[in-house]
Amino acid sequence: MDTLNPVVEWLAAGLILIGAFFLLVGAIGMVRLPDFYMRLHAPTKSSTLGVGGVLLASLLLGWSQERLAVAELLITLFVFVTAPVSANLLAQAALHLRLPSRASEPTDLPPGP
Amino acid sequence: MNVLDLALTIGIGAVTLTLLLCGWRLLLGPTVVDRVLALDTLYLSLVALVVMLGLRWQTTLLFEAALIVALLGFVGTVALARYLSRGDVVE
Repeated sequence: MDTLNPVVEWLAAGLILIGAFFLLVGAIGMVRLPDFYMRLHAPTKSSTLGVGGVLLASLLLGWSQERLAVAELLITLFVFVTAPVSANLLAQAALHLRLPSRASEPTDLPPGP
Repeated sequence: MNVLDLALTIGIGAVTLTLLLCGWRLLLGPTVVDRVLALDTLYLSLVALVVMLGLRWQTTLLFEAALIVALLGFVGTVALARYLSRGDVVE
């Protein structure tokens, strides 16, 4: 790795740090937040960004060493497609099990029958 | 030690801490859906950890391993969530 372009190296280091930071923030949110729906919201978005950052850094390093990084590209596409799907299925399961929510009642509902 | 090695060290440490936090929620989770969510986050973080270890050890074998972890984790999450909401996985 000694023949690496310094711009590529700094960019990859920054992307790795951003990715690891967002993964850590998502996990802290998942541990700290009080009810399941809040806990669902914390890691699903931030872990997509975190894994995406790390994989972008890996793609960049692979391309700078003239290696066609097919596996990283596939993982990136797969994670970006499947993370919302699995979060949606988990939310459906939680609604089916009628887990309690701490969200307040909506105040702008139209008058019901 | 150049900047990329430093970033990889910090990143591997942070993602290991992430895995520990996911394991905490996995053991603690008051409901079963919490545990499934912790497992989902655990495998996504594991993909990032495996990719960073592949960058550090200069090998391309681990990227295919990360792809397999991502595939199996998604299938596991979907199967568990459908089992919880429908009662069976494949109708």
